[in-house]
Amino acid sequence: MMLLPCPWCGPRHAGEFRFHGAAGTRPDPATTTPEQWRRYLYVHDNPRGWQTESWYHSAGCRRFLTVERNTLTHEVRSARDTQLDAAPNAAEDAR
Amino acid sequence: MSTSHGTARTNGNGHARTRSGLRGYSAWSLLRHGLSRSGWPRAWREHELRDRYDAVIIGGGVHGLATAYYLARDHGMRHIAVLERAYVGSGGSGRNTAILRSNYLTPEGVRFYDRSIQLYEHLAADLNFNVMFSQRGHLTLAHNDASLRTMRWRTEVNKLQGVDSEVIGPDRIGELVPYLDTSAETRYPILGALYHPPGGIVRHDAVVWGYARGADAHGVHIHQQTEVTGIDVEHGRVRGLRTNRGRIATPVVLNATAGWSSLVSHQAGVEMPVQTFPLQAAVTEPVRPFLDTVVVSGTLHVYVSQTDRGELVFGASVDPFASYSIRGSLEFTEGIAGHVLELMPALHRMRLLRQWAGLCDMTPDYSPIMGPTPVEGFYVDVGWGTYGFKAGPVSGEAMAACIADGKPPEIISAFGLDRFADGRLVGEKGAAAVGH
Repeated sequence: MMLLPCPWCGPRHAGEFRFHGAAGTRPDPATTTPEQWRRYLYVHDNPRGWQTESWYHSAGCRRFLTVERNTLTHEVRSARDTQLDAAPNAAEDAR
Repeated sequence: MSTSHGTARTNGNGHARTRSGLRGYSAWSLLRHGLSRSGWPRAWREHELRDRYDAVIIGGGVHGLATAYYLARDHGMRHIAVLERAYVGSGGSGRNTAILRSNYLTPEGVRFYDRSIQLYEHLAADLNFNVMFSQRGHLTLAHNDASLRTMRWRTEVNKLQGVDSEVIGPDRIGELVPYLDTSAETRYPILGALYHPPGGIVRHDAVVWGYARGADAHGVHIHQQTEVTGIDVEHGRVRGLRTNRGRIATPVVLNATAGWSSLVSHQAGVEMPVQTFPLQAAVTEPVRPFLDTVVVSGTLHVYVSQTDRGELVFGASVDPFASYSIRGSLEFTEGIAGHVLELMPALHRMRLLRQWAGLCDMTPDYSPIMGPTPVEGFYVDVGWGTYGFKAGPVSGEAMAACIADGKPPEIISAFGLDRFADGRLVGEKGAAAVGH
């Protein structure tokens, strides 16, 4: 069993979440080339160890989280709200 | 495995080798060894690690060993090494559920896997090693209209490629699998099934050992407990590699690993569109034979077959998140037990003996990645997801041709690494995601 420390709901069973793969920065669709876009879609680092990834708390707060997790030991170092992480000033408003 | 170094020991099998196959194991040799109580000789030799090979294959599973075997047998390549980090067949080749079939969705996929089944049909004779291929038929159940539609689609694609497949109804399914609950009262009633008579199961260890023995007889060096620590690339060309036992100079390196494909390719500076997920399986105590066909349910994420020893083998889809861990989980055991009982309630008193996991390198389109890479001399045969074992023979044959000719043969031309940058994906999710 793996617990994920949701910043809103507390430690919850991983089965409540949906795994969305390695977190990447989405290129701007207006300026990106097809090659860059496909690279963003398909090519992942796939490390054996620490990885920054995206999870969706579908059976909880329904927020996207950015999680630092070890892919070998399943240890979790941090879990932050993805949207608030991108715009830290919004954190206070959301609370 | 003993660690005798020095000159290679004699194989002892006699190995009166012909181009058509190997000799050594027969009813007569079985009788002779049974009466004389002498031990069987080792099936393949150990060698000193040379500092130079014509080709080095990373990964001592069915793909790597088959490639080495066909390279030596059909293309006359002499100095070939297969490097295996642990022992031969310790990865995906010994962890899969040993199901063979060719009822895929795309014409490229169907042609490719059908060639593999053809090779499997003659493999025992080719290798002089009983791989116990049992073509008992393969059923993929449909529990909803969408599945039934995909199965009709697959049937038509299969027929066009000359592969035996048909959609059958619940009555016929009930005749083929007597203990299956085909009533309409279940949570997921069975509406029909894709029936694929040439599908079946094989003894996966025997396939690996047979190829290892065959490769050895053709002069291939198999090095176990030999881990690659780096790949030397100069001016975009492979020069050699480093291992825990020393350096090797070679112009050709093939990455034939599973679970390590990203890590090994990174050593050569090549990025892989791959994510690694564990897949878990389990086996029960043995019971009398009652289940002839392989039964698969995509909706219930489960496949069931009965081995020749009578054990039931259960497999699932990959775990819900990426991981390199091969520990089993209680979630899997609970899930698989529930799903198997949905299909066959009569099994409620069966006990699981053990469970295990293997690593699956998943690609975005559920098709493999085979052929050359931007680094000259560095080839890949990776991204085998949950369907690698059944493709072992054809992959070996095709990768051997690819390495010998320097370009991929037609049968794997759709599976190149460049398809991701070009957007030419070969979508097999409809036939490969769960139904093994």
